[in-house]
Amino acid sequence: MKCYLILPTLLGFTFTAFAAPQTFDFADPKGVNNATFTLDAPLETITGSTNGISGTITIDRENPEATKGQIVIDATSLHVPNPVMKEHLHSADWIDSDTHGAITFELKGLEDVKVEGEKAHATALGVFTIKGVSKEISVPVQATLLPGQLAARSNGQMEGDLLVLRSEFVIKRTDFGINPGAPTDKVADEIQVRLAIAGASSKE
Amino acid sequence: MKINKLLVFFRFFAIVLFAACLAVWIAGGAERGWTKTSVPTTFEDEITGIEGIRYEEKFVPGIEFPAAGIALGGFLWIVGGFFRRRTK
Repeated sequence: MKCYLILPTLLGFTFTAFAAPQTFDFADPKGVNNATFTLDAPLETITGSTNGISGTITIDRENPEATKGQIVIDATSLHVPNPVMKEHLHSADWIDSDTHGAITFELKGLEDVKVEGEKAHATALGVFTIKGVSKEISVPVQATLLPGQLAARSNGQMEGDLLVLRSEFVIKRTDFGINPGAPTDKVADEIQVRLAIAGASSKE
Repeated sequence: MKINKLLVFFRFFAIVLFAACLAVWIAGGAERGWTKTSVPTTFEDEITGIEGIRYEEKFVPGIEFPAAGIALGGFLWIVGGFFRRRTK
């Protein structure tokens, strides 16, 4: 019996939480937001990451499927622990960060949105661009709304909400012209990308 | 029978070089991957729960070190072989 009462309350809270348009800024002066990438290679798995993430996402609370925005990664900020490997990574054969300084994901909408309390799971549809090559992709995303938590994160300097986005997906480097000539038995074609970012929406 | 001093010198130097490379590699943690000049450390953001990544500058000798020790040491060992002439 209680379930019948609690469920509508929860759904009502969820609806309220996601019910009004809200823009979240993912610029992160704390350097917590990160994207990691992993490629298999014979000797060791190549793993790198970046904190150079920015962008905005606007959630349409009445229509979460219409959520839009753009996440931008500064290509020059990609880091791997081996200096020679890092030099190769940024070279023209690989991501050519001097010429193509931004890796972007333009979010065009969400589908299969499932809301569970303050968390939402969805498939993000958008255009992923690396090295000047754009492809439409769909990636799973988990969104967690943290109402009123901006104050805690900004030491009380700002009031507002936080939105945490997490996503893991795979792209093929050959699809984006990332050293397509490199043999796949030396460096895998598949790049596993993991994104964990938090955006802030301050109340004015 | 007398062993050529150059043979001894090259063979000794080959062993020292190999041992030095191996020692540096083992002292650095015997990293089985490539040499690294920075290492990632993770931390958790209390508010968002995101696991952040920071890189600390640290030299970690990789598999190149024992490989170089074998290659250079082996080269010197072979060079030493050219002085194998023995005199009675």
